Amino acid sequence: MIRIRVEPAPIDVAAEMALAEAGEAGAVATFTGLVRADDGVETLELEHYPGATQAALHALAEQAMGRWGLHAATVVHRVGPMRAGERIVFVAAAAAHRAAALDACAYLIDRLKTDAPFWKREVRAGVATWVEARQGDEAAAARWSI
Amino acid sequence: MELLYFAWVRETVGLGHQQVTPPDHVATVADLLDWLAADSDAHRAAFADRARLRAAVDQQFLPLDASVAGAREVAIFPPVTGG
Repeated sequence: MIRIRVEPAPIDVAAEMALAEAGEAGAVATFTGLVRADDGVETLELEHYPGATQAALHALAEQAMGRWGLHAATVVHRVGPMRAGERIVFVAAAAAHRAAALDACAYLIDRLKTDAPFWKREVRAGVATWVEARQGDEAAAARWSI
Repeated sequence: MELLYFAWVRETVGLGHQQVTPPDHVATVADLLDWLAADSDAHRAAFADRARLRAAVDQQFLPLDASVAGAREVAIFPPVTGG
């Protein structure tokens, strides 16, 4: 079971967890990304490529399902404006055992960072700046290459 | 063909999307960028540093030397920063 959602509504982790745990899996690993407030960011705006975003996330989830034999994969990404401290992304991987769940969860968030068409704009003191891509993200995604 | 722009590329071009009919010599994404930049200061500014641009042809993420032959939709954008 693959669940992909890209929407402006706040992410309900409890509801997503309940869905991820609903199957026959013995292990569920999750990742939650939050809007960091430590460098003066007041709001974060997330732009995406409608249609292509969902397809890219679905393709990643399918790869994870096949590679780790998952029972379920969930990717929920918020778009639009959000405030510091709010959830921006939630990933869950449900598998028979913990190693597959943990690895698949890390794979999904690492590859999402480099493969899914989202762009962040930070607003500090009323001034908006587009976030630059980080070299470290490419390296983190590359470690999953077979 | 429909062109889509995202993030600062969209802001610099001043458009989110536009419909164009490129001439026959436009074979790749890079050719398309050259053609668009030729008579638009905004496009020239947005496409000046090719190392900062990424592209999708019919929603497939491809390098700038990819073919645009027969493409219905070409998107131009900066490296992604989600998650």
